[in-house]
Amino acid sequence: MLAWTIYLSFAGALVEALLPKNRPALARWFALVVAVAGLALALLSFAAGATNHFQRSVIVDVPWVSGMGIHYLLAADGISLVVVLLTGLAAVAGVLFSWNIDLRTNEFFAFFLALIGGVYGVFLSYDLFLLFVFYEIAIVPKYFLIAIWGSTRREYGAMKLALYSFVGSAMVLIGLLAAYASSGGHSTGLVELAHAGLPASEQMWLFPLVFTGFAILAGMWPFHTWAPTGHVAAPTAASMLLAGVVMKLGAYGCLRVAISLFPRGLDPWGWSFLGIGSWRDVFAVLAVIGIVYGALVALAQTDFKFVIGYSSVSHMGFVLLGLVTLNQIGMTGAVLQMFSHGVIAGLLFAIVGRIVYERTHTRQLAELETMHLSKRLPFASWAFVLAGMASMGLPGFSGFVAELQVLVGSWVAKPAWTVTAGVGIVVGVAYTWRALQKAFFSDATPSAHVHEHGHELAAITWPEVAGTVLLFGATLAVGLYPRLLLDAIEPAVKTLLAGGVR
Amino acid sequence: MLIQEELTAAFHPGMQACASTVTQYLWLIPAMPMVASGVIALMKQPRRKPAAALAIGSLGLSLLVALAAFAHVVSDWTQHIAVRETVNFTWMQVGASHVELGWVLDPLSAAMMVMVCFVGLLIFIYSVGYMEHDENFTRFFCFLALFAGAMLGVVIANSLLLLFMCWELVGLTSYLLIGFWYQKPSAAAAAKKAFLTTRVGDIFFLLGMVWLFAQTGTLLFYNSGAGSMEPLALGGMLATPSALGLTAAGAIGLLIFAGAAGKSGQLPLHVWLPDAMEGPTPVSALIHAATMVAAGVYLVARVYPLMSAGIVPGGTTAALSVVTWVGASTALFAALIAVAQNDIKRILAYSTVSQLGYMMAGLGMGGVAVGMFHLITHAFFKALLFMGAGSVIHGCHEEQDVRKMGGLRSAMPLTFLTYAAGMLALCGVPIFFSGFWSKDAILESAHGWTFSHGPYFMLVLGAVLTAFYMTRQVSYVFFGTWRGHGHAHESPAVMTMPLAILAFFAMALGLIGTPAWPWFRAFLDSRAAELDMHAFAEPGWLMLLATSTVIVVVGIGSGWLLYGNKSPDAEEPDALERALPPVWAVLRDRIYVDELYGVTVIAFYGWWARVADWLDRFVWGGVVTAVAWLFRGWAQVNRLLDVHGVDGGFDKGCDEIAAGGGLISRVQSGRVQSYLRLLALGVVLLAAILFWSSRG
Repeated sequence: MLAWTIYLSFAGALVEALLPKNRPALARWFALVVAVAGLALALLSFAAGATNHFQRSVIVDVPWVSGMGIHYLLAADGISLVVVLLTGLAAVAGVLFSWNIDLRTNEFFAFFLALIGGVYGVFLSYDLFLLFVFYEIAIVPKYFLIAIWGSTRREYGAMKLALYSFVGSAMVLIGLLAAYASSGGHSTGLVELAHAGLPASEQMWLFPLVFTGFAILAGMWPFHTWAPTGHVAAPTAASMLLAGVVMKLGAYGCLRVAISLFPRGLDPWGWSFLGIGSWRDVFAVLAVIGIVYGALVALAQTDFKFVIGYSSVSHMGFVLLGLVTLNQIGMTGAVLQMFSHGVIAGLLFAIVGRIVYERTHTRQLAELETMHLSKRLPFASWAFVLAGMASMGLPGFSGFVAELQVLVGSWVAKPAWTVTAGVGIVVGVAYTWRALQKAFFSDATPSAHVHEHGHELAAITWPEVAGTVLLFGATLAVGLYPRLLLDAIEPAVKTLLAGGVR
Repeated sequence: MLIQEELTAAFHPGMQACASTVTQYLWLIPAMPMVASGVIALMKQPRRKPAAALAIGSLGLSLLVALAAFAHVVSDWTQHIAVRETVNFTWMQVGASHVELGWVLDPLSAAMMVMVCFVGLLIFIYSVGYMEHDENFTRFFCFLALFAGAMLGVVIANSLLLLFMCWELVGLTSYLLIGFWYQKPSAAAAAKKAFLTTRVGDIFFLLGMVWLFAQTGTLLFYNSGAGSMEPLALGGMLATPSALGLTAAGAIGLLIFAGAAGKSGQLPLHVWLPDAMEGPTPVSALIHAATMVAAGVYLVARVYPLMSAGIVPGGTTAALSVVTWVGASTALFAALIAVAQNDIKRILAYSTVSQLGYMMAGLGMGGVAVGMFHLITHAFFKALLFMGAGSVIHGCHEEQDVRKMGGLRSAMPLTFLTYAAGMLALCGVPIFFSGFWSKDAILESAHGWTFSHGPYFMLVLGAVLTAFYMTRQVSYVFFGTWRGHGHAHESPAVMTMPLAILAFFAMALGLIGTPAWPWFRAFLDSRAAELDMHAFAEPGWLMLLATSTVIVVVGIGSGWLLYGNKSPDAEEPDALERALPPVWAVLRDRIYVDELYGVTVIAFYGWWARVADWLDRFVWGGVVTAVAWLFRGWAQVNRLLDVHGVDGGFDKGCDEIAAGGGLISRVQSGRVQSYLRLLALGVVLLAAILFWSSRG
């Protein structure tokens, strides 16, 4: 059943491409139907997984290139189900927030659905080669979405993103080939490779290579600079997908490929420098730097969308930090943070890029300051207050549960990481409130002149409300009742920890 | 004394396994105002009456449940049962560790919840009058009810995590209410400042919580012996050393105290509280005087077993010493600043900071009961003072500068009388006012603190200053002649009735905490309360009574001497300013703490943010550009090679073949379609070959 999320999205993309050009409404509705169908499938599979105690289940397994032992192997465990669910949510919300795209509408949604299909594919692949193919497929539509429908330096942003992605995939490909070759060249299946018993000396260089390759897409410092420029250049739906699911592709790869195939690569080197004695320490330090650094840079931005772009770098740092804690609670938190950040960042980008920018045609905080948005766009203001609260990790929202778990996990591993990450949280409050205050609640001129300032802003439309409610409901539901997802994530992480990682 | 000890021994813990019915339903207390808030949020703006009725009604019901719970605790207590009933449930489970939430009914939570519900209810009623003309009346009650729910959640929480969650929600509603008039830039800035400053404390709190969980595996306070505030876990934390010679218990306690200091405006995180006065006055009364700011004190009382872990009789712990010194310094420091403020609410705000310092010092030196008693009495008389100030502001047409008031005792007699009661309670006028008894208990324990006399002298000096600045304020506002514009008028009954009720309690509450009948203290400590009139004749207490009297006489006397009935103009320099100009300037500018933050912490972060931004723009971006250039250059070199070397040869060969005529010239027709067709053909062929070869 779950495999249909992939087929449906690609088929949808194909149909969109063939739809008549002058019927934008048709293209929109069709895309919405496809996205909702995908979400429905994800939800149904999640429910089915719950009855199955979220054991790993194989969906499709047919030989593909039998000479090389490559299988078309789709399977899902609890982690996959959670990220597939996230993809479904992001897809529906993305379509809703792209309702106003008038330029080549059908092509836009064709690329959009192709991207979604690729992402579903990555999350469900249990064959390394297949995973890599889907991973590459996802890069192409991303480029076109930004280059055609983007804004602010879109060619630069699109090219930077594509280059970074390809460098990352090149690293992954080398690792993939090396692992395949040294395991005897029988299979590219994830399970088979994990059990192949690669020598520790090889894992020791394969792990950092593959981890870095994937982590580039997860926005790991200092390979993060594609993220803010890419996010800013992208049209709203694309930035929602970039932050919401594409960055998760990277984190997912780190977990599913780097950590589970090369667990010995995390072992201590036997010597240490400045308290860093293993690749694990190296990546934890990079993650923590990313958390604090991303937050600080966000604090200094003048462009509203850049603030959110850098906040993504900061929040993804929590995912990476959670992954290298290598304990149950930290890694569970990391996966939960993937979901949480996907939803919250999507919401923030939607508000900034769609609800505000499409009406004010500026993202400069200094210009927004003079626009009295709290009175002219009360819906956007309150939505941003709520989304900002979720983003800064207030209890009741998914971010709190996820970050708390990561912090507990990293405290167990090394308290200093937690303490430094704590600084990032404080700065997180500062930049969110700064942006909020400047964009919505500052009053440079007397309120009597509010409506003299230019034309009336367009009213909020139903797709915007629906998308906001959808994403907001998701973060609230998980924040109040985290077991909803934790029950799925936990057994998968447990298996992962038992089956390779110490 | 002997009898008392026997009685203590006779107290036995109540059965925890089966919580009584009232404990089962304790969750209703925070839930009802929260639900009311949700319903109000969905109502349309003009529906004022239903909104107010819903908020007041829900809190009234909460008060009833709280009273029932309180009665249950008291009745068990009189039967010598120390009640501590908990209801816990698992919120999430990760691996072997459970994260649990729950609520607890014990004397501490029972006393606190009755206070919060009761004071809150009076302030809700008062708000109906105060906010009458505000266009966002419903939104106000929505936030207010949400605040009450969250605050009551803090009170009943039996889990540090649940407490933290409600704590954050309290902080959020505080932010929303301070910024309620967000059209005013100062209000919006104050709201942001409040949220950020308390959040700094909260991060320490969060770290303490993470540490506690990593150390004990639970965040529950009490859980039939397995909770984190129970001997087993405390013993483990005592045995674990950490940095700076602290035990894990001490370090965690200090981290949590940092969170409490943020919320309770302790030095050096007090800067947000005076600015928070930008909110509507009922908000100042409820949140920034009676309840939320006291939540920090309550938190320290809640984790007191952790703070005092390993204490020997007559001794102290590192954590408690820190609490004491921070509290005492805050008490003195804020009292000094209050002397030189001219805004009626700001004076009270600094006074609140100062009194919170007393509570902390009381906790540090005298234990839970001493600090909590002052918390309760202060909640009543400070809420009274704030609401009185609100009534004054309301009557003086939104004027807040005390120099532009005067002579209001005849124009607003009810407000004056009740305000006077609150002021005398705050000054600690002996015997008749509750503030005397609660402050006295703190001074008594400070006097008996064997490690240093510093805190005692600081608190005594602070008390003198308290009496002084309150006298100054009252003389400015109620005595002398009217210096404002228009006519001052008395507030409506819906505002003055709550004042009268609070004034009654500001006097009467002292009865439950006298040395002769320390009912409240015994209740919190689960001991029997004894009536012993001889306590009044003990030389120690008489000594203290004399000290207090001197404090009050000196404070009020000097205040009256400088300000009484003088009615100076607003432009005229202050009486104290003429006497001590440099001191006045320093105090008026709030000892430059805000400026200090501006040039240190804020500048530091701003600088780092800019450095990081610059790095990102030029260094990391530069690396990318450099790599791109490198590859582009390489590509150019290759292209040149290709064009002039490889391709040159190829072209030459082609030319020769083309010159030979035939098939090739027809293929190179220049028509794109045919190229594509050929390309497609090639792909199909290639695919077929691959397919066949892989099968073979």
